[in-house]
Amino acid sequence: MRYESPQTIEAASALLASEAGLARVLAGGTDLLVQLRSGMVEPDLVVDVKNIPTMTSITEENGGYRIGAAVSSAVMNEHAGLCAMWPGVMEGADLIGSTQVQGRATMVGNLCNCGPAADSVPGMVAANAIATIVGPNGRREVPVIDIPVAPGKSTLAKGEIVESVFLPAQAKRGGDAYLRFIPRTEMDIAVVGVGVNIELDDSGVCTHARVGLGAVAIKVLLVEDAAKALIGSKLDDAALEKMAAATSAACKPINDKRGTIEFRTKVAGVLARRAAKIALERANVRANKRASNGGEK
Amino acid sequence: MSGIHVSTKINGDAVEFVCDVEETLLDVLRDKLGMTGSKEGCSSGDCGACSVTVDGRLTCSCLMLGAEAEGHDIGTIEGVAKGTQLHPIQQKILDHAALQCGVCTPGFVVAAKALLEKNPDPTETEVRFWLAGNLCRCTGYDKIIRAVMDAAAEMRGQ
Amino acid sequence: MARNPDADNAPAPKAVKTSTIEFDADKAKSFKVVGSRPPRPDGMDKVTGRARFGADMVMPGQLVGLILRSPHPHAVIVSIDTTEAEALSGVKSVITRDDFAENADHHDVLCNIMAREKALYEGHAVAAVSATSKAVARKALKLIKIDYQILPHVTDVDLAMAPDAPLLHADMITSGVSPVPTKPSNVAGRSEFGHGDVEAGFAQADVIIERDFKTAATHQGYIEPHACVANVGADGMSELWCCTQGHFHVRQVCASLLGIDVSRLRVTASEIGGGFGGKTTVFIEPVALALSRKAGRPVKIAMSRDEVFKASGPTASSSMNVKIGVTKDGRITAGEGEFRYQGGAFAGAPADFGAMSAFACYALDNVKTVAYDVVTNRPKGAAYRAPGAPMSVYAVESVIAELAGEIGMDPIELRLKNAAREGTKSSYGPKFGSCGLVETLEAARDHPHYSAPLGPNQGRGVASGFWFNFGGETCSTLNINADGTVAIAVGTPDIGGSRAAMCIMAAEELGIPYERVRTIVADTSSLGYNDTTEGSRVTFSSGMAVIKASRKAVTEMCNRAAMIWDIPAEAVTWEDGHAKPSGANAGDFEPMSLAEIAASASKTGGPIAGHHEYNADGAGVSFGTHIVDTEVDPETGRVDILRYTVVQDAGKAIHPDYVEGQFQGGAVQGIGWALNEEYIYGEDGRLQNAGFLDYRMPVASDLPMIDTVIVEVPNPGHPYGVRGVGETGIVPPLAAIANAVSAASGVRLTELPMSPPRVLKAIDDAKVAAQ
Repeated sequence: MRYESPQTIEAASALLASEAGLARVLAGGTDLLVQLRSGMVEPDLVVDVKNIPTMTSITEENGGYRIGAAVSSAVMNEHAGLCAMWPGVMEGADLIGSTQVQGRATMVGNLCNCGPAADSVPGMVAANAIATIVGPNGRREVPVIDIPVAPGKSTLAKGEIVESVFLPAQAKRGGDAYLRFIPRTEMDIAVVGVGVNIELDDSGVCTHARVGLGAVAIKVLLVEDAAKALIGSKLDDAALEKMAAATSAACKPINDKRGTIEFRTKVAGVLARRAAKIALERANVRANKRASNGGEK
Repeated sequence: MSGIHVSTKINGDAVEFVCDVEETLLDVLRDKLGMTGSKEGCSSGDCGACSVTVDGRLTCSCLMLGAEAEGHDIGTIEGVAKGTQLHPIQQKILDHAALQCGVCTPGFVVAAKALLEKNPDPTETEVRFWLAGNLCRCTGYDKIIRAVMDAAAEMRGQ
Repeated sequence: MARNPDADNAPAPKAVKTSTIEFDADKAKSFKVVGSRPPRPDGMDKVTGRARFGADMVMPGQLVGLILRSPHPHAVIVSIDTTEAEALSGVKSVITRDDFAENADHHDVLCNIMAREKALYEGHAVAAVSATSKAVARKALKLIKIDYQILPHVTDVDLAMAPDAPLLHADMITSGVSPVPTKPSNVAGRSEFGHGDVEAGFAQADVIIERDFKTAATHQGYIEPHACVANVGADGMSELWCCTQGHFHVRQVCASLLGIDVSRLRVTASEIGGGFGGKTTVFIEPVALALSRKAGRPVKIAMSRDEVFKASGPTASSSMNVKIGVTKDGRITAGEGEFRYQGGAFAGAPADFGAMSAFACYALDNVKTVAYDVVTNRPKGAAYRAPGAPMSVYAVESVIAELAGEIGMDPIELRLKNAAREGTKSSYGPKFGSCGLVETLEAARDHPHYSAPLGPNQGRGVASGFWFNFGGETCSTLNINADGTVAIAVGTPDIGGSRAAMCIMAAEELGIPYERVRTIVADTSSLGYNDTTEGSRVTFSSGMAVIKASRKAVTEMCNRAAMIWDIPAEAVTWEDGHAKPSGANAGDFEPMSLAEIAASASKTGGPIAGHHEYNADGAGVSFGTHIVDTEVDPETGRVDILRYTVVQDAGKAIHPDYVEGQFQGGAVQGIGWALNEEYIYGEDGRLQNAGFLDYRMPVASDLPMIDTVIVEVPNPGHPYGVRGVGETGIVPPLAAIANAVSAASGVRLTELPMSPPRVLKAIDDAKVAAQ
């Protein structure tokens, strides 16, 4: 096994593209090292991307934020602007592993491992985050939802690396939330995870909504029927129930050591409803803050 | 398998070592540098017994390659006490009898120190969640949490 | 003192005796050091990382040892070919079972540490290598070729008892059954306990409840994986460094397996990173010794966490039926139970301890329990904190809570009404001596926790529990140093602060400050045989040895003072750390301090020491009562522990901090067992959650503070009244939490763990049933 630590993403991409054997990107390493240790993967090349400046910074862009793929969740969660704008996405990332894991783990690593239970992904899907990918054929931009295919399998081609993820500007009356179910309070893999992002008009009616759903199918899902149940409502109980039912209906889970089909299906709806309520409260708080600030930038 | 030469700082001292690519920072600390205070409890980032800081940031040394330490400042349990002077967290762990077997203790000390450097006045809940990645099977955590809260109060001068 | 050399479980319980009264009530009124909370002698090393645990030892020229393990739960090992591995550069030795002679004394242990005829569980060791690096050793393991013939497997206890179950051992004939069965089965043994006539008892009952229960296998979950370094010399002189609860036991078994005299093997117990019973037997130690013998160099083996889960000794899973009858006014008329435990691939599941402890909290006229020890294709179990008791007590205490509800009586009142007391004929035979169940129940009833208000979806549960506590073979040496300090050597590894307790007891006896005493755990060549640190025996047994060794040293110091003063030895007494002339000579001489006597020892006959060796008897039984509040989320089945109080009889708390620590640790292991911990097997017989991620032990954020109340009903069998405290704390939580979950959710679960999917299903099923 070789270890390389290039200074540019182009160099990283070239290394990956030219490797005849198995190559792996090393960002936070919190998944890769466990896989290496257990013998699950035996790569010939590991490319550490933490020394690439564009991959290790957070920048404001068009009212939103671009987050480098090697930025750790701990660094992200210390960024006041990000936490204020996308608390749901940040919480999702913050739930990955322990404090120790947070110091290394990255949202993009979480995305590119393509685990259906990846905690940061439903939030990003709900926020309609866009990934910038660099590869032998240059750059391309892809919605986050389109990257995972199945556990360990993505739409990235050989030599392609996700350089950053862009979280667009949150609506002036928008709010997001992520909730997951785990048996303990920490340190577990999500049994179900739901990310909700909504936008309200001035009268409090939901105009846009996106619902990301994790751990209940082969990959993270975008549940359009759940979003539809919210749009046009004020997120009253009836709308929330409809949304919960739509979320449950979208589940295609399995029975495994972490939960049953029955359990996952039911709890997905419960969490969707609860997350929507939090998103609603955040949207209102956000709107009120803007109002009291006399309309911020 | 050719070795990788790594220059780093450990507990303030310049340290150079040669490691295999597969070796984790924990392997290097324990097997190459004789620093066995960091413990291997799981090798999967689930127990926190190998906790160290990298440039001040708490992490599991089992989740990091030795090669990744190049150019970084590593802090381990061996560097927490200054000579014979214990850090307040270490002293409070002794005072509160917040250890039984003691194998998780170095990880708790390193993790709690990182917490109090970031948040000098944590609530009990904040302490519990910060330390959720440090498993202790002997104490039920009660005395550890009390020791950390007490150390925080002392460090704040209360 | 394992009850059978191969079972390696806790020692056989002895009849509870009250014959030897050791307790000194007058002394207990004037303790100066006992009951204080000084820092532990090994504390500084442990907070600084200086303490050396199993994997922290390095010997010159040390090799890395790795073990090849069966991927199959049940398979015939047709052939093993190690040729290619042996030829690999850097490989220094390769061993299989062929490197061990047959061993009648430790047959099952041998078969467990290295399989040959059959692999009996996933993770069963089949070969091992030593090499110059881990990478080479890993490569070598891959070069070992094994031809397996896969057999059907069984991991569930009830399925393993079925007549058509896959058979693990062709020669296993159930013991304890008359007439002796003619066919082999997976049932290693049956045992029965009790007295009276249960049928007659049930006939007197107004309410009878009968329930079936199941509990999953759990692991001790010590944070330190098993690790050792073995070094065998060409002349057979050998040393072994390992983390163990019983290095004398390790020496005995390893010497036997290697075919050497025990005197040739010196075992040093490292600091031990948790054991809870799981480090009372051998796994990797004989393998490392055999590798070292063949390689001629030291060999270190450290298990990975995955190996710890798959190939050390978890506890039994169980399937149980319990039936209890009461009168309307709360008298239990009869109790009956059947307890089927699977303990892995070899005999020794603690079903008998389960059956014995099940009803131990109650004074019953009619009680009958039956135990089945069953083998399955799982790793051979080891002891786990009060082995066997938590499961059976869970079943009994769940039914007791339900009965209390049925007859409308407070559950503590119901327990008090039927509580075992001094003189009660226990459900497993002997009469109880002095014991503190009633006191723990009264303290629980009167605790503010018991009457605190509860919110919606919250519920409170109570349960009591019992453990026998053991004594056993023990010896200790105490040396008075020339500067007046004291050095103590004990042979019982310190797993929770016992060295501090030893120092306290010696300081109390000698009348000197705690700081002047140091206790170490001596290696096997420095002290006589000591039983393992198990059965909650150390503070009791080693403590009593230290007290008696101190008294011998005091006698000698009085002799030395008498010599100096030239008065009869009988005319010297020991008070507050000084020899004093007494009787006719009182006041004739200035008292001499321990330090003064020590300083002049070279002129009065040489070094002063005390030693005590004995087979400790009179370990008092221990009872506890726990109160817990839970909140159940009716939409997700999630259970939160809101408040927890442990009340337990310690006899006398020598170092109360560490007594509280035992209570808290036991309770939290019980919380894990009740809520989320379990061995999950797939259809393929393989363990699916061999790691901390999915084994789900409680983390700090899962828990509240664990309140403790130390009840002290002195044990007459110990000079200071000490009872063991280590194990009882894990016995009540399973039922206490089940009862609290039932109170919070309105549904009764009869299977552990009460993981969210199970709780939610029970809630939803109850809703459907109600409609």
